[in-house]
Amino acid sequence: MRAALLCASLLLAVGAARAEDALLARNLAAVCANCHGTDGHARGDLIKPLAGAPAERIVAAMAGYRGGALPATVMHQIAKGFSDDQIKAIAAYYATQPARQ
Amino acid sequence: MTRSRRSPRTTRRSLRGSEALALNTASPLSRRRLLCAGAAAAVAAPLFGCANAARGPSIGRVVVIGGGYGGATAARYLRLWGGNIEVTLVERNTEFVSCPLSNLVISGHKQMADITRPYAALEGLGVRRVQGEAVAIDPQARQVRLADGRTLGYDRAIVSPGVDFTPGEVIGLDSPVAHQKILHAWKAGPQTAALRRQIEAMPDGGVYALTIPTAPFRCPPGPYERACLVADHFRRFKPRSKVLVLDANPEIQSKKVLFERAFAEHYKGIIEYRPNNELRQVDAATNSAKLDFDDVKADVLNVIPPQRAADIVRSAGLANINNRWVGVHWLTMEATAAPGIHVLGDATFAAPLMPKSGHLANQHAKVAAAAIIQLLKGEPVNATPVVANTCYSYVTALEAVHISTVHQYDTAEKTFKVVPGSGGLSTAASELEGRIALAWADNIWADTLAI
Repeated sequence: MRAALLCASLLLAVGAARAEDALLARNLAAVCANCHGTDGHARGDLIKPLAGAPAERIVAAMAGYRGGALPATVMHQIAKGFSDDQIKAIAAYYATQPARQ
Repeated sequence: MTRSRRSPRTTRRSLRGSEALALNTASPLSRRRLLCAGAAAAVAAPLFGCANAARGPSIGRVVVIGGGYGGATAARYLRLWGGNIEVTLVERNTEFVSCPLSNLVISGHKQMADITRPYAALEGLGVRRVQGEAVAIDPQARQVRLADGRTLGYDRAIVSPGVDFTPGEVIGLDSPVAHQKILHAWKAGPQTAALRRQIEAMPDGGVYALTIPTAPFRCPPGPYERACLVADHFRRFKPRSKVLVLDANPEIQSKKVLFERAFAEHYKGIIEYRPNNELRQVDAATNSAKLDFDDVKADVLNVIPPQRAADIVRSAGLANINNRWVGVHWLTMEATAAPGIHVLGDATFAAPLMPKSGHLANQHAKVAAAAIIQLLKGEPVNATPVVANTCYSYVTALEAVHISTVHQYDTAEKTFKVVPGSGGLSTAASELEGRIALAWADNIWADTLAI
């Protein structure tokens, strides 16, 4: 009984932590939305849409901007403002957004 | 326990735990109360009814004052992320008019229609829009009063009012004739179009004088962009004309090296830049100005007056920094002077190296929206928010430059700080960035207004 209770409360705690992580990822991703569109649905063809992009591609692009391997007008400066964990969370969020038809 | 029966004291506190639950179960009564609140509420009730039916009962009422980059974004994201929050947006204008890109209208490169967008999509999301002038906020009663006497109750208020001017600090600037003749065009709208007409009517060989107030002011690179774009217009259409930039500050306040280069490369003999020159007095009848080190007579005198947070925040006693700006708790954007009132954008006393920009107002709004939803649910707010700024300025009609910053919340110092090594300036002006600046506008307007 005690073990079951402990188990249940642990599960609840894990659930709460996941919900918090999801909110954090959503909030971090919203930092990009001014330029890249709400939930990554960018307008026009100059700014890359992020919705539906594979997470590993976003992470790799940010690493490329940071290191200078990828040419950029502004992303090399913005990319240096986020931690690796933040970039992973942002990438995971956008990967799960449906791409527009 | 229902919301309508709760004592004002209870209402003042943030909603947590059982209180939030009580609110949920009290929904039918809350809605009835909304219906009783007056004609405006009655109009809005079907909207909320519709949205709430899909997303559950209301968890609270938020009144947003100001439909600019901050306020409109907050309203949009409260509905996007919160869903079941009753959001009322109070805005005096019928349409959104963008300050960013408005210098292109003044120089004749864009039209007013190019920087004007509708609020309709926000209403489609269930935001109740009230066209009117908010004149007072009562933090005790949790009520916003409009100029026409209407009142709007709230659980939390968002105030994103922008700046107002202190023309009284310049002799002669507060006279009726000065109000009519000496334009600021520092709020996009009728003055933008009016300044364009003044510049159009100016004879070739005339002088356009632009005065810049002591920092901080809205949009630090804006005056220098305006000087460049008016000069670009002159070099094509009125080549004997001059742009005289009279700056109260000791140097160009943003993107300095890039503007200096533009002044020298494109506008030699057209733009004259005079720093350390604060405006003291104007004579609207003769279009003349007295500054610290100059007496100037201009054909078009464009005065950007000294600024402070807009008047509405003063009525609630929120402008607690130098009696000009609003101190805020950066995790929630709540005013330090009044719990329950969240202040965004230009009206805030800025965190270090945080400019008064539309981009940041949009970012403030997302921090506030996320926090308010958590507070209404009685849950913890995000402890590690991040905001960023990307701001483009045109140095010619086609070429732009940018400045960028990323600001992470510093738990120890309780403020946003720029991440060392992040952000920066363009290496040079380019037509590519000129096109990106337009794409930036298109995207941020869509993000702000749900277009």
